[in-house]
Amino acid sequence: MKVLVPVKRVIDYNVKVRVKADSSGVDLANVKMSMNPFDEIAVEQAIRLKEAGQADEIVIVSIGVEKAQETIRTALAMGADRGILVKAVDNVETDVEPLAVAKILAKIVEEEGPGLVLCGKQAIDNDMNATGQMLAALLGWAQGTFASKLAIEGDHASVTREVDGGLQTIKVKMPAVVTVDLRLNEPRYASLPNIMKAKKKPLDVKTPEDYGVDVSPRLTVVSVKEPPARKAGVKVADVAELVDKLKNEAGVI
Amino acid sequence: MTSPFFTGEHAMLRDQLRRFVAEEVVPHAEAWEAEGSVPRDVLRRMGELGFLGIRYGEQWGGADMDTLGSVVLAEELGRSTFGGFAITVLVHTDMASVHVANAGTPEQRARWMPGIVAGETVTAVAVTEPGAGSDVKGIATRAEQIPGGWRLSGSKLFITNGVHADLVCVAAKTGGERPSRAVTMFAVERDTPGFRVGRVLDKQGWRCSDTAELVFEECFVPHENVLGPEGGGFGAIMRNFQNERLVIAAMAMAEAETALEITLEHVKTRRAFGGTLWDREAVRQKLAALWGRVAAAKAMVHQVAWRDGRGEDCVREVSALKALCGELVNEVMYACVQCHGGSGFMADVAINRMARDARVHAIGGGATEVMLEEVAKRL
Repeated sequence: MKVLVPVKRVIDYNVKVRVKADSSGVDLANVKMSMNPFDEIAVEQAIRLKEAGQADEIVIVSIGVEKAQETIRTALAMGADRGILVKAVDNVETDVEPLAVAKILAKIVEEEGPGLVLCGKQAIDNDMNATGQMLAALLGWAQGTFASKLAIEGDHASVTREVDGGLQTIKVKMPAVVTVDLRLNEPRYASLPNIMKAKKKPLDVKTPEDYGVDVSPRLTVVSVKEPPARKAGVKVADVAELVDKLKNEAGVI
Repeated sequence: MTSPFFTGEHAMLRDQLRRFVAEEVVPHAEAWEAEGSVPRDVLRRMGELGFLGIRYGEQWGGADMDTLGSVVLAEELGRSTFGGFAITVLVHTDMASVHVANAGTPEQRARWMPGIVAGETVTAVAVTEPGAGSDVKGIATRAEQIPGGWRLSGSKLFITNGVHADLVCVAAKTGGERPSRAVTMFAVERDTPGFRVGRVLDKQGWRCSDTAELVFEECFVPHENVLGPEGGGFGAIMRNFQNERLVIAAMAMAEAETALEITLEHVKTRRAFGGTLWDREAVRQKLAALWGRVAAAKAMVHQVAWRDGRGEDCVREVSALKALCGELVNEVMYACVQCHGGSGFMADVAINRMARDARVHAIGGGATEVMLEEVAKRL
């Protein structure tokens, strides 16, 4: 079985995000970019499937700027086999929206014929949480979202989902799209010898035109604001004062 | 963030190292400071991930990277805020094992390099003595030729990794007319009869790095453990010093940069006299000026590492960098402790540890004064 893993290059989760002065978005100039952490979990899961003999090839796809090649190389260094970069935009500030991404991925799925698409549940930059679901709909495939456990059992996959108040286990028919959650696994390190080997793994470069997909934005960003600064707290002398304040000032009990 | 020198592989190595430091070093290193050494399983894990073979051949499990690969390692370990951890690794990778990698015969390399790259064979280099440091020709440890090998007598001081190393590259006088041809390097294995750790040394900083006085008492070293040609030790030490000094400069600037980050965080939140410390022009101008000097020195480290990787002679530049960075990191640490006020004087805060650790950068690997003479000779 071939496994397809789409990965997105996003602002590194350690970076303190700054909103631009004109409120048009966050400042991406000269900040560290990395693989979306949920996508890293998807890559790890694909490698584990391969190690368990349940997958034989892992194909990584990234859609975005030219530099997304580096993100693909990271996945190749972890253990994926080859990559496809769809160079869709020239400017890192331009986000390719989930529907356009899903349409391109659907075309790549048609060409590649994977038995499973493993995606991160969402990208940490815009938190859309839509691409995997849209892809499943476009393909007419089953979907299992927010997976915290995944087992392939013949022509079905058992997906344990993190839902409010507990875990739900569902059985989906393969081929399927599975989006992964934080607790599915802990991604491995890419060892330095594997980083060097990744350099030699094949990486195709495509454009949205190759797939006949229009990536022009459908959404308009009206304004981006930082969350309000937290106000200074107060110290209370004892529990009685705390209860009093909660009752009479905050009015919450 | 973009650089004309670093490749995608360097960037990936940096990412992996940064994660390793955050997950496997920082949460535990306070305990290592108290114990006085870095646990061996941490070094073995670094070996598994290829971090100890950055410069070495693929046949030994290495990655065959250039000088910039060592710079990435030194910078990311420097960012850990635990100088003792950083130096434990860097002495092994870039200061001691280079004697085996550069001068070793095919048999010697086959014997030791796989263990060195895997973190199983930890190395130290023993040149300095009670009576000679940067003045390498002045060492007193002697090796006498006897049937089957050599007999070493003398002692070595301030040897990093000296307490726990498995393999020590030892410089000893083997005689001869010319002082520059009178020193030979020997690979001495742990538990060799006549070789022992004389004292475990206590230090101001680098407290999780083990430092020792080593004693050689009629210690027999077989011919197959001689590193390089007889009388070739001085030249080998001088050549390997280039890498050592460049790595120290890279480590020092990463430490300086990290100290400034920590201090900026502090002064922007610490309130005094109705505002933050950052509201005070004296504070922010001091930090801004230091930031610029560190950025400039760091840029020179990268440029010189790139030139070194192309095989250019950079002795003057490397010596200048060692002098510059060794002093600058101490200026930065002094200012950062000052900006922390009373809390900076407390032994258990990062900035205090970093200031204690930084002091040796102006001394070890060639003192500032010695470095400046090397520069002056070439002006």
